[in-house]
Amino acid sequence: MSLLAVEELVAGYGPVRVLNGLHFVVEEGEVVVILGANGAGKTTTLRALSGVIEARGRIAFNDREIRGRRPDQVAAAGIAHVPQGRGTITDLTVDENLRLGAFTRRDREVAADMERWYALFPRLEQRRSQLAGSMSGGEQQMLAIARALMARPKLVLLDEPSLGLAPIITQDLFQTLGALNREQGISMLVVEQNAGLALEIAQRGYVLETGSIVASGTAADLTGNDDIRKAYLGI
Amino acid sequence: MSLFLTQVLSGIQDGAIYASLAIALVLVFKTTGILNFAQGEMALFSTYLVWKFTDLGIPVWLSIILGMAISFVGGALIERVVIRPVEGSPPLVIVIVTIGLFLALNSVTQFVFGSGQRAVPAFYAHKVWRPGGVLISSDTLVLVSVLAIECGLLFLLLNRTKLGLAFRGVASNPESSRLLGVPVGRILMVGWGLAAAVGCLAGALVVPTTAGLVPSSMQGILVFAFAAAALGGFDSVFGAVVGGMIVGIADALTTGYIHALQGIDIIVPFGLILLVLLFRPAGLFGTTHVERV
Repeated sequence: MSLLAVEELVAGYGPVRVLNGLHFVVEEGEVVVILGANGAGKTTTLRALSGVIEARGRIAFNDREIRGRRPDQVAAAGIAHVPQGRGTITDLTVDENLRLGAFTRRDREVAADMERWYALFPRLEQRRSQLAGSMSGGEQQMLAIARALMARPKLVLLDEPSLGLAPIITQDLFQTLGALNREQGISMLVVEQNAGLALEIAQRGYVLETGSIVASGTAADLTGNDDIRKAYLGI
Repeated sequence: MSLFLTQVLSGIQDGAIYASLAIALVLVFKTTGILNFAQGEMALFSTYLVWKFTDLGIPVWLSIILGMAISFVGGALIERVVIRPVEGSPPLVIVIVTIGLFLALNSVTQFVFGSGQRAVPAFYAHKVWRPGGVLISSDTLVLVSVLAIECGLLFLLLNRTKLGLAFRGVASNPESSRLLGVPVGRILMVGWGLAAAVGCLAGALVVPTTAGLVPSSMQGILVFAFAAAALGGFDSVFGAVVGGMIVGIADALTTGYIHALQGIDIIVPFGLILLVLLFRPAGLFGTTHVERV
């Protein structure tokens, strides 16, 4: 049984169809990357998974059908979506953003988890009582990831985490994501234009072109494929 | 000097009521981004409800609590049934819906409770003190104390509870809060429910200090409350309180000294709204939204 199994996923905006029946899976403990150019449907895929937009097809998460659920219900089921543009709640402090990340939890270990993620992202700890909207883009991206982890999700959806960040910060960020996967076993589905970095931390990947999956394979296969190297890696 | 202080105290008393209703406007605006023109009529219906309970022989304080509880449910239902379907519509559509709600609630109130004048008793004894010629009324003391308690409880709710955190999250970024698992629809209902309960309290406290409860009781007050919220900033509870006090005191002082203004004192809140819009459109404590792109 896969952690996430998507079949025949069709979605779009109004009359405009963006996804034409996607099939893909994410296994427990895996990082899977979806590569694709602008407009291929990467963001739409994640928005369909988390219930932000309507979709058809089957989305089985932990063997349960979650298609048609509201975003807050999908989050409660254990999927944390880090949206494109980071979704910072600008009028709340860093601390409050993290606490809101734990909204679906009922246990008493929220404070302990906060300290754990502060230890991983010391920049955030320095700014814990500062309004989140006043931080730099890189810091806000770290906050978005830490906030997603506060929910203790079984799967994290990451939408273009490198967007708008300086290359050195992006590199750091992907190292952290890779470490989170290796050391904590957190499963991730990442959509990313920066294919090189994403493939370094991923075990498998899919290539999305105008709403259809045109290639898939292990990260090594995709990195070694000439067409993909030309189209997405620029080498 | 004693006339001045008497007028200031009277202004503070009125200001407490304007502030209460302005807080209701702010609670709705913060969560749903809507200027609720029906807020006064919601409070009107609630106040009639309180009157009905007292009329049935229920103690006044208990009637107010019952009225607030029912108003909370009613406000939440209005959000769900009337406002949710037009959520995301152009502002003009929503303004018209709230004006429609204003007219509907006023008619329903008269249909259910009649249009005659009703007396809502106060839950405290009316007393007046005159130290050094300054008129101090128990009304002023009670209204200000209730406002202070109300603000304290709201502060605790918004800043010390998980519900309050979710409320502020939704006010700031609903899409992102939803992805974190916050049921945004339910939070919006809570916002409208709280506003309705706060409005009920304002209505039930102001009516005993006036001639009586009539179907137009809350309309003048709503204009002053709008001025208060515009002055303080539509997204700031603190601003609503400061705005309410400024509007109340300004009104009491102008009408106290310029007798020509008596009867047309509604010019004061409108004048204040105009000044705010000219010089500080976001209000004294409101946040101006600067988008970084």
